[in-house]
Amino acid sequence: MKTTKSALLVGVGGQGAILTAKVLVSGLMKAGYDVKMSEVHGMSQRGGSVSTQVHWGEKVYSPVIGKGAADIVVAFEKMEAVRYADYLKPDGVAVINDYEMASSSIAAGLCQYPEGCLEAMENHFRCHVLKAGEIAQGLGSAKCMNIILFGSMVKALGMDDIDWESVIAETVPEKFRELNLSAYRAGRDAVSA
Amino acid sequence: MERYLLSGNEALARGAYEAGVKVCSAYPGTPSTEIFENLPQYRDALYCEWAPNEKVATEVAYGASIAGVRSLCAMKHVGVNVAADPIFTAAYNGVSGGFVIISADDPSMHSSQNEQDNRHYARAAKLPMVEPSDSQECLDFMRAAYEISERFDLPVLLRTTTRVSHSKGLVRFGEREERPVPAYARNTRKYISSPANAMMNHPKVEEALAALEAYGCTSPLNRMELNGTKIGVVTASIAYQYAKEAFPADASFLKLGLTNPLPMKLIREFAAKVDKLYVIEELDGFMEEQIKAAGIDCVGKDLTGKIYELNPQLLQERIFGRKPETVDVGVSAVSRPPALCPGCPHRGFFYTMSRHKDFVIAGDIGCYTLGGSAPLNALDSVVCMGGGFTVAMGMARAFELAGQTDKKVFGVMGDSTFFHSGMTGAAEIVYNHGNVIPVVLDNSITGMTGHQDNPGSGRTLQGDIAETLKIEDILAAYGYKNILIVDPQDLAAMEKAVQDALASTEPAAIIARRPCLLIKRIKHDIGKCEVDQDKCIGCKKCLSVGCPAVMVENKKAKIDPNQCVGCTVCAQVCPKSAIARKEN
Ligand SMILES: Cc1ncc(C[n+]2csc(CCOP(=O)(O)OP(=O)(O)O)c2C)c(N)n1
Ligand code: SF4
Ligand code: SF4
Ligand code: SF4
Repeated sequence: MKTTKSALLVGVGGQGAILTAKVLVSGLMKAGYDVKMSEVHGMSQRGGSVSTQVHWGEKVYSPVIGKGAADIVVAFEKMEAVRYADYLKPDGVAVINDYEMASSSIAAGLCQYPEGCLEAMENHFRCHVLKAGEIAQGLGSAKCMNIILFGSMVKALGMDDIDWESVIAETVPEKFRELNLSAYRAGRDAVSA
Repeated sequence: MERYLLSGNEALARGAYEAGVKVCSAYPGTPSTEIFENLPQYRDALYCEWAPNEKVATEVAYGASIAGVRSLCAMKHVGVNVAADPIFTAAYNGVSGGFVIISADDPSMHSSQNEQDNRHYARAAKLPMVEPSDSQECLDFMRAAYEISERFDLPVLLRTTTRVSHSKGLVRFGEREERPVPAYARNTRKYISSPANAMMNHPKVEEALAALEAYGCTSPLNRMELNGTKIGVVTASIAYQYAKEAFPADASFLKLGLTNPLPMKLIREFAAKVDKLYVIEELDGFMEEQIKAAGIDCVGKDLTGKIYELNPQLLQERIFGRKPETVDVGVSAVSRPPALCPGCPHRGFFYTMSRHKDFVIAGDIGCYTLGGSAPLNALDSVVCMGGGFTVAMGMARAFELAGQTDKKVFGVMGDSTFFHSGMTGAAEIVYNHGNVIPVVLDNSITGMTGHQDNPGSGRTLQGDIAETLKIEDILAAYGYKNILIVDPQDLAAMEKAVQDALASTEPAAIIARRPCLLIKRIKHDIGKCEVDQDKCIGCKKCLSVGCPAVMVENKKAKIDPNQCVGCTVCAQVCPKSAIARKEN
């Protein structure tokens, strides 16, 4: 029981966090772990806050975790990192995409985007911050942003016993294979161990 | 043996297939929807459909059971309220082919209007209930439910929660069991629910439930995991998974899968083995109250509470007082509420309504419920599916009787909701001379739950072409003489339709028609709008349409090109014509 680990992937609807979780889960399954994954979906409209949880180990019971229980938070948008910060264990690690997306209430001028999200996270947690969107553009497609973040996550977790490159090659469609493999490597290179 | 990563809903679909189910009918609703979205892959072996509502789905499935085949219906928790009438009587009549009703409950109301605990339905309707706690059990319990249904001659309620339905876990498959269909023989004594027959059926149901309670005491669906003797935990459904992580390793468990009727003898036996008995369940004290009533000492709800979902950390805190260590980073995120999509066809309608302070608007459940949020704020009430027209009717009559004649009352609902239970309300308004304008926001799809087909969309669940029912023809048949069909994205036309309907001396209705932008099979006219920075005076009028793509920064409007689809609604409200669609 004590050997289980959990990851919380958070972002804004449509950013591709669910695919990232799927790649993670495929690799964990191949490595023989028991895995549970939970996502909340059901509203069609775009733009809401979304979260996916992955929990793995020799034997896993709960598909969800409560506050203070995540080993890693991967935030596809920086305000979402702050929103879920209290789910992270005090010694947990955060991978944060340095990207800002206004919510509908911010766009409507009803409230303001909070200042200092990254600094607040860095002051309290071990953090890896990267501009995954820009790296993705550099590789030729914004679409691979989620696999870049995936590479950073795997590196941050030190999960090198799994052959992630072959997992990615099997999970993504043939014509995006090279792109996603480069994205994975770029994501790994973007964080220091 | 190979294991697959499946959500609870995918596993339920697989379980139904393996159980040899032949007829399946459902109405979508989170968190149940994906069960039926996963059935068409088995269409060579079974028939599946979207019904117009849950009552219809239940009746179709029950009819198939009467005819002798295994059948399934599924719905979200509030759907059972709609289907309750046939369900209660089906319990008395019993089944021929096994019949399973899935209720997917939504603790914490991730996408629901309440968090009702449908386990109470099993008791009230006298149905056996099975509650899987993970994806493998979803498959296995589905198969077991059909055995129980046929063996005890009762429909079975299979209850999940959002976390059971939407979580994924590893699942082993079995083979499909092809079942011979017996020759049909009329059985009026069983299936005509006349008072005389019902008098004979009720004692039969009570006997079956008593036999089922005995069965539950030995069934593998209910099992003990004996560890230490200090702590015992009676639990079921997802709460079992939470409790396994929250309680110490030496706690013993009585894990229940068949939770109505409760196997009280087994519970008593288990209670005698431990010093302290906990009952861990989400929402109401459904098991705890019955266990206490049987004279067995236990604790549960006083510690866990009966509101919202649980999780392992919450249980640890509430039972053992161990608060998880968390870090406050000192910055708080602002809310990210859902909003109508950029280019949503509903936006033009609600913007139009938001301009009139004397309008009273009874709304309904669908994407358009968001028309009640800022900045549109154009709804007075939302109760339940189909309630839009009828709640408006009651409000209008009350205003008339109170002499508040300045109010103009509208009832609003979507196309799927109209077919679900809005048509009767449309009849009510004409029949009883209601001073109400019914409005159907026809986006040609069931949008909110992820774009399922419905009687107005022209396709079936199995992907076949279907008759497209015309809302205007239905309203005309009901006696509406003045039916105004309008494109809600054309704000001038929308305003005119509203005024024409109000001025009409004969029953009038409005159909605001434009397909949802996220329907994939339709080619949408997508473009981009831009703000001419020289013309913009920063008046913020464009923000009043509530489009997530429009913002005002440094006193000038700005449109996010990645989100805008060029619907021009914001452009139509700009007093300086500063927004224009860029043709490309
Ligand atoms: C009784 C009941 N069944 C199902 C649901 C789930 N549900 C909520 S909105 C909706 C459909 C709305 O479709 P439509 O009226 O066409 O509006 P749209 O979302 O497309 O704008 C459904 C099925 C519910 N809330 N209540
Ligand atoms: S899913 Fe369709 S109907 Fe719903 S908000 Fe988006 S565009 Fe509008
Ligand atoms: S409504 Fe027109 S003028 Fe006013 S802020 Fe918007 S774009 Fe500028
Ligand atoms: S045209 Fe205006 S209202 Fe329409 S999607 Fe673009 S920004 Fe939104």
